[in-house]
Amino acid sequence: MKIAIPVDEQNLESGVCPSFGRAPYFLFYNTDTKESYYLDNSAVASQGGAGIRAAQVIADHGAKALLTPRCGENAEEVLRKSEVLIYKSIPGTVQQNIDAFVAEQLILLSDFHPGFHGHEK
Amino acid sequence: MKSKGVKIAILSGKGGTGKTLVSVNLSSVARKSVYIDCDVEEPNGHLFFKPEAVREEDITVKIPVINESQCNGCRKCVDFCKFNALAFIKNKPYVFEEVCHSCGGCRLLCPEKAIGEKEKSIGKVQKGVSGNVIVHTGIMNTGEASGIPIIKSLLNESLSDKDLPVFVDCPPGSACIVMESIKDADYCILVAEPTVFGVHNLSMVYDLVRLFKKPYGVVLNKCLDGENPAEKFCMENNIPILGRITFDNELGTLNSDAKIAARESERFRVIFSSLLETLMKEVLHETIVNPQR
Amino acid sequence: MKQLLILSGKGGTGKTTIASAFIRLSDVKAYADCDVDAPNLHLIMAQHTEPERTDYIGMSKAEIDADRCIECGLCKENCRFDAISCKNGYKVDPFACEGCGVCEAVCPADAVSMKPAVAGELMLYADDKKVFSTAQLKMGSGTSGKLVTEVKKQMKTAANPDTKLAIIDGSPGIGCPVIASLSGVNMVLIVAEPSISGISDMERIIKTAETFRTKIGVCINKHDTNPANTEKIGEFCKEKGLPFTGRIPFDPEAVKAINNGQTIVDVDCPSGSAVKEVFNSTMKLLFKESDGAET
Repeated sequence: MKIAIPVDEQNLESGVCPSFGRAPYFLFYNTDTKESYYLDNSAVASQGGAGIRAAQVIADHGAKALLTPRCGENAEEVLRKSEVLIYKSIPGTVQQNIDAFVAEQLILLSDFHPGFHGHEK
Repeated sequence: MKSKGVKIAILSGKGGTGKTLVSVNLSSVARKSVYIDCDVEEPNGHLFFKPEAVREEDITVKIPVINESQCNGCRKCVDFCKFNALAFIKNKPYVFEEVCHSCGGCRLLCPEKAIGEKEKSIGKVQKGVSGNVIVHTGIMNTGEASGIPIIKSLLNESLSDKDLPVFVDCPPGSACIVMESIKDADYCILVAEPTVFGVHNLSMVYDLVRLFKKPYGVVLNKCLDGENPAEKFCMENNIPILGRITFDNELGTLNSDAKIAARESERFRVIFSSLLETLMKEVLHETIVNPQR
Repeated sequence: MKQLLILSGKGGTGKTTIASAFIRLSDVKAYADCDVDAPNLHLIMAQHTEPERTDYIGMSKAEIDADRCIECGLCKENCRFDAISCKNGYKVDPFACEGCGVCEAVCPADAVSMKPAVAGELMLYADDKKVFSTAQLKMGSGTSGKLVTEVKKQMKTAANPDTKLAIIDGSPGIGCPVIASLSGVNMVLIVAEPSISGISDMERIIKTAETFRTKIGVCINKHDTNPANTEKIGEFCKEKGLPFTGRIPFDPEAVKAINNGQTIVDVDCPSGSAVKEVFNSTMKLLFKESDGAET
């Protein structure tokens, strides 16, 4: 299946980007074929709603899972409704995260922060 | 130029210099006046006036509503939105209301006319009376991005009190909400405090009022003995000084208890009345010449 | 790296005075000024080098090409922000324009285009010991939230990866720039002022900060200017279960120090002694319950 990971650099030995919405690149990795590609994150330039746009990109590319340390409520809504599962990434390299995912060692992310325009729920 | 119906904006750049102190007290000592609180994120004037007979009005903006049965999934709306307020989920657009800037673009562009609109509240305006002052207050809901529609409504609303002098209490800073607040002002009072922070931010609003070609003058607040960097700035730039309010414990206490000093104490009524007189003379183009030091 | 953000709701309560004292006391290696509208921290934290400057491009603004304009008025009719005027030809007011692109979309003559606009400037003071990130928003600009995000990002990127603590001086209000500064911080210290206005504003900023579920602490500045209100704030904190990290007296020596470009702990004064206590309590709160989260 296809998974997505926000990254700071275009290589598997770098760390996972601490921000999802404003990560410079996304890595799309196919766990079956082991093929991958990087995409520039168009949401970086947004003045607002970056998480929403980033989530849109992930969904549009057909990823079924996203590995990230943090995710906003708005992005979570887009991903959940598009049936993309969100896993909490672990400290370490991108490759280590991919391996952990494949070995089913990652847990689902359960804490989502409000967006810039977050209001009381 | 008329002194009736004149609109005076009070701004400062830095927060906490005394905009509300000055605007609340000046409007109180005028025979009859209008006070408008444009600091919609943190409105304070109403705490001093405690207005009565308050009428409230919700301020809303238009948010798109997708008619899913008419939508053909072309994604034009999602791709157009510059604010990322629309996502395309399971072949239908989905609106993120709190990110939407209400530009109306998606609705205009939809080829199937499948987007309608609904009203969303972002805050409210209140109009009440406190003795001789008609008090207009704008309050933005927490979490909203922009208070500009509320300020627009406040400034429009007060047009009905045409002959009275209007005192507009502006937000701190010099960003777009401040610009909106001073747009129709006839004159701008810049309130400054004698600190290097105060001067730094004073210079920003000084640039702002000149950019908007508004006549302006400074009120120096919290004046202490010794060098006053704000006063120095005014002298160096030939900025008219309308008055100086000395740092005063009694004034500080009255103010921190949200009491209107000019109404509580004869001493302050005199100080602010004198300031008002100087202000009105200045507004009518009698120029102030600052004494050389 | 733990991030401490200093906010107040109301302006003029002493955020920057306290932030600068904290920076001096902790000898922190990373700090930032997120009051991009009216930055003041650099006036006290004297910098001896020129900063690295980067233009901050805000949102694009519409521009009308007068040669192509056929004066049909469709742009003005559809602009929800009153940003287009038609005196002496159709022109866009760059201060009112929100960059929505509707005018560009409706123009039948292809006369409107969206052009990126410089909305401010980022500044980074960095040497091998510490980094100080700040910015100045250009007058009349919006998108201060995004610039705040850039200031924090600039600080994080430039900071030494071993940096344990970062101190961020925030802005007044509760709007976009405040919300942007709250994102991702570990603790917010609210500087309250014992006035009715100050209490009202404090309640609104606490409400805003609560949605972020970060630790919140409250301290009171100029507490002796109104002891009754100071007590009210104390009771409010107890009621809401908010940790109270101390109080600082009103101090004319503080003004003198600041005006001389010094922090209140650089000179011997009552507010300086008091802020040390507030600092200790705040740090205790910030670093207790190590939660194992990365960064």
